[in-house]
Amino acid sequence: MDVVDFILDPWRSGIGRNALLEVLLLGAFCGAFAYWVVSERLAYATESLSHGLLPGLVIAALAGAPLLLGAAGGALAAAALIALAARDERIGPETGTAVAVSGLLGVGALLALSPDAPPRLSELLFGDPLGVARSDLVAAGALALLGGTALVVLHRPLSALAFDEPGSRALGLRPGLLRAALLILLAAAVTVAVQGLGNLLVLATLVAPAVAVRRYASTPARAMLAGSAGAALAGMAGIYASFHAGAAAGACVALALCLLALAGVVLPLRRA
Amino acid sequence: MSSAVAVEGLAVGYGGAPVLRDVSFSVPPARSVCVLGPNGGGKTTLFRALTGELRPLDGRVQVDGRPAYVAQTERTRLDFPVSALDVALMGSLAHGRWWLPAARQERDAARAALERVGLADEEASRFGELSGGQRQRVLLARAIVQDTPVLLLDEPLAGVDPASAELISALFDELRSEGRTLLVSTHDVRSARRFDLVLCLSRRQVAFGPPAEALDQASLEATYGSELIVIDDDGPLRAVTVQHHEH
Repeated sequence: MDVVDFILDPWRSGIGRNALLEVLLLGAFCGAFAYWVVSERLAYATESLSHGLLPGLVIAALAGAPLLLGAAGGALAAAALIALAARDERIGPETGTAVAVSGLLGVGALLALSPDAPPRLSELLFGDPLGVARSDLVAAGALALLGGTALVVLHRPLSALAFDEPGSRALGLRPGLLRAALLILLAAAVTVAVQGLGNLLVLATLVAPAVAVRRYASTPARAMLAGSAGAALAGMAGIYASFHAGAAAGACVALALCLLALAGVVLPLRRA
Repeated sequence: MSSAVAVEGLAVGYGGAPVLRDVSFSVPPARSVCVLGPNGGGKTTLFRALTGELRPLDGRVQVDGRPAYVAQTERTRLDFPVSALDVALMGSLAHGRWWLPAARQERDAARAALERVGLADEEASRFGELSGGQRQRVLLARAIVQDTPVLLLDEPLAGVDPASAELISALFDELRSEGRTLLVSTHDVRSARRFDLVLCLSRRQVAFGPPAEALDQASLEATYGSELIVIDDDGPLRAVTVQHHEH
């Protein structure tokens, strides 16, 4: 096989083309959004939300409903339950969230292992970018377009908030509303990205790109652009590895993203 | 409004019992006020009430416009990758249009503010890599860009090099002469004499008035208690300094 075939073969296959487009679109948004996930310490919230929406995904799979719908419903229910559990001052927010998420994951697994369950649990948990449908691509495209617009519009207020919350309040900004906007974007990103990357691996695309670039970028905007490009490229590298090695695509993409993060942490510092 | 800042019977806290109470004072426009008190005396809590972040448990607060707030630089995110110009530009968010990229005139205003605080050459420098005094001046530039009648400055001279302290103090005089009202919190009793008015806080209002009246021995002892150290006895205003406690 020559280099040209190596590069073009995935694009010649409909399945490979869809997978590459999916990771490009998801990487473009999630790689940029990851900056705020890491900067505002939302990694644990991301993991909680992505794991907690499993029952919604499984119920949608059992009912033959669109997984996107199940993910959205699961995310809403998980967010409500996590918020409720985290409010209990006797056990504290982190413990409450951990218990709620474990419970939701258990319910999801229980449903998925029932005799009526379709044999798709591994797809829900680990994702399958090679199995994305046209509707998944439309959702990823909408996320990239609408979510990207939101990031551009909110960029200055979010920067002011992250830099100095009391100062941002004195500027007339509303920190509570800005944080709510971040959480809505996070829920949308998890809901859409979980289709391709799965319940357990989606975290990689929402954290790893920011870890990879944050030491090098001199401004949040540059970090977001670099994160976006890095996530898209790492996603494509994962699909190529999966396509040519016959390995699980979701896992390959997650591993490529984590290798990118590792490189960003260990390589010598040269700020852009 | 005849007063730039008016506080009446204020009690304020963080959910439970008030941590600051019995505060009543009124500041005419174009005055500088030194807010004096020990750590935990309620200086920052008062500022949070004046910005609207904390709602009064009792009493009322009235401020001419939305006040600019200059936090202690240690309370900003020093690892956040922004330049001095980026920080000064944040002041323009107070004028609306927060959803649009910074316009050219906003950038010009931010550069002019940096020039005014003596940092025109540092506009591209990363905020977290500037000295403490320079960072404080950048935050002042942000407040200048915000362009409000009332400025609240939380210990702006703490840990600042002498050159920056001199420049910042001169800037206070300039801002006041422009008709702005400044409330400046500090531990430093000696610097309080430079202000038009002094407000002494120790979880409640101890004294308020011109330095000659508010800085008497009894008020200072009520404000600082055992922290007060008499270093000479040439008169009450030069006679005292205050131990700084690290918390």
